[in-house]
Amino acid sequence: MFTQIMVPVDLGHVDRLGKALKCAADLARLYKIPVVYAAVSTALPGKIAHTPVEFSDRLASFAAGQADAEGIETGAHAIFSHDPAVDLDPALIKAAGEIGADLIVMASHIPNLMDYVWPSNGGTIAGHSKASVFVVRM
Amino acid sequence: MTDETAGIPEPEGPADLIETDYEIGQDNLEGSVGPLGFDIHNPVFMVSALTIVVFVFYALVFQEQATAAFGALRPWLTSTFNWFFLGAANIFVLFCLVLIVSPWGAVRLGGRDATPDYTYAGWFAMLFAAGMGIGLMFFGVLEPVYHMAVSEPLGVPSPFAEDGSIIAANVDAAKRMGLAATIFHWGLHPWAIYAIVALALALFSFNKGLPLTIRSAFYPIFGEKVWGWTGHVIDTLAVFATLFGLATSLGFGAQQANAGLEHVFGVPNNVEVQVLLITLITAIALISVLRGLDGGVKVLSEINMGLAALLLLFVLLVGPTLTILSDFGAGLVTYVADLAAFSNPIGREDTSYMNGWTAFYWAWWISWSPFVGMFIARVSRGRTVREFVICVLIIPSLVCVLWMAVFGGTAIDQVLTDPAGSAVKANVIDSYSPEMSLFAMLEGLPMSGLTSTLGIVLVIVFFVTSSDSGSLVIDTITAGGKVDAPVPQRVFWCTFEGAVAIVLLLGGGLAALQAMVISTGLPFTIVLLMMCVAIAKGLASEPR
Repeated sequence: MFTQIMVPVDLGHVDRLGKALKCAADLARLYKIPVVYAAVSTALPGKIAHTPVEFSDRLASFAAGQADAEGIETGAHAIFSHDPAVDLDPALIKAAGEIGADLIVMASHIPNLMDYVWPSNGGTIAGHSKASVFVVRM
Repeated sequence: MTDETAGIPEPEGPADLIETDYEIGQDNLEGSVGPLGFDIHNPVFMVSALTIVVFVFYALVFQEQATAAFGALRPWLTSTFNWFFLGAANIFVLFCLVLIVSPWGAVRLGGRDATPDYTYAGWFAMLFAAGMGIGLMFFGVLEPVYHMAVSEPLGVPSPFAEDGSIIAANVDAAKRMGLAATIFHWGLHPWAIYAIVALALALFSFNKGLPLTIRSAFYPIFGEKVWGWTGHVIDTLAVFATLFGLATSLGFGAQQANAGLEHVFGVPNNVEVQVLLITLITAIALISVLRGLDGGVKVLSEINMGLAALLLLFVLLVGPTLTILSDFGAGLVTYVADLAAFSNPIGREDTSYMNGWTAFYWAWWISWSPFVGMFIARVSRGRTVREFVICVLIIPSLVCVLWMAVFGGTAIDQVLTDPAGSAVKANVIDSYSPEMSLFAMLEGLPMSGLTSTLGIVLVIVFFVTSSDSGSLVIDTITAGGKVDAPVPQRVFWCTFEGAVAIVLLLGGGLAALQAMVISTGLPFTIVLLMMCVAIAKGLASEPR
């Protein structure tokens, strides 16, 4: 049914992604397809990494860890943006196209009042991506 | 180095990362207030925000004392420390020139294999719009005319006799000096100041792996202490200078735009209209920061540069083209020939020019340098030091020269050709109404209604581009160097800045706070001198 899953991850808050990661792994096993973990960062030094190369390495080792833990085929796709706080959604939508993902599994917070002002990432991506989107509540 | 960040790979090609125990964001408070998330540096965010509230309160409640205290502070600073400001600015220019010709120029920001993030056009538009766009609108006509006729730089006499008649023998030298004296304030020196700050931040962030905040540039000097109170003070001062600089400029910009609207459309010139203008500018800046660096700030900067180029081309072609072009050449030659005399910090007799203008400008550029420098740093990754310094120093200087020659040259021509009928002479020389000078010059050209409207739009959009980039800079500093802090934070700073401007406009105190911002130029001059040492140390250890 699907050929590739993309899972957006925030390496700073992996603890909040448990359900989404598990869901993606289950679906990957069900359809025997790979999962690509996508993360958006900036070229500037940040909490996760000091450089783009270091960030890509960290994401790759996260993906490798998931492959070992879940017994699935995984990949990593690091995206660098000038302004990740704002460019996150379009960057992820573009990434799904680039890596050929037809299913996006992503964690999203429980909706609150602020979603009327700043729509959630999951909602925006589901509204604009050509891929199917599975939003998993945190 | 924590276990999690041990074994950092090279940036992009060889670079010299600084090994520090500090983890970016380790002092940040992360959480949410209701549905709003935040990720702020403790204590820089709280101390800056509270200090700003306290100072606004002081400027409002004790307005007379504040105006008296800070009003007297500015002339005292510029006349007492003129030698220091002029001497330091000369050091910055020389240091930049050394960087261009030395082997350090080969170091690439972001690692040896890094590629530039922005094209030349986008990069240049952003650094220019943040750097001095609005000043060109305000001073482009005012300053050349004023220096030609009133301030007598380097003792070159005015072409006007006391009875208002023209002294033909003085005209040529005064014209050249008017432009050259202006170019001096908008040429190599201010851009060298910005280049030093921007280079220090870019080097220590992109190549050394330190957070993008002002304190990082002091790591080679203070070591691990920059993560403590020393660094908190440096960052807080930078936030303070940036926010007040922006808020007071926003207030004065609204007054200038209002003067233009009154001149062209007969809109009443009062506080209510100015509050509406600040609200409008803040609203557009908010949209811009919400659209981000690429979708908002860059797009607006490019639109702005396009509109400014249109106005420049119009004045160049419709104005006295040949005179402008010959003034451009003559002004530039005089600037180069008299550069040493203009830069001389001691034994000068033209104190009205040196203290009232040059020392004031140097203090002003230096107090703005954390903001502009940080913004330039953020968009300059992938350039070599040589390319960076040449582009930040030489090209904007030449554009400023051209702008001053076109606007100032046209205005000077109007003043000298028809002194009695010149609106510029009436608004700059006879009575001093600086906010009217641009519109007065445009009045002497065809289609003045249209071009003045374009002028008003440019004044407004230049303020938007300062306001949005300033909000991003303050947000980054108060988030401990993180550029991906929750979006509501940048909304907070952008709105706060507009609110401070409105409160000061309604309650008074804008002038007092602007004088205070300029006074931050003095400590920052020392900070910048230390930055030169830090850059030299940082570049010396960097692979080329």
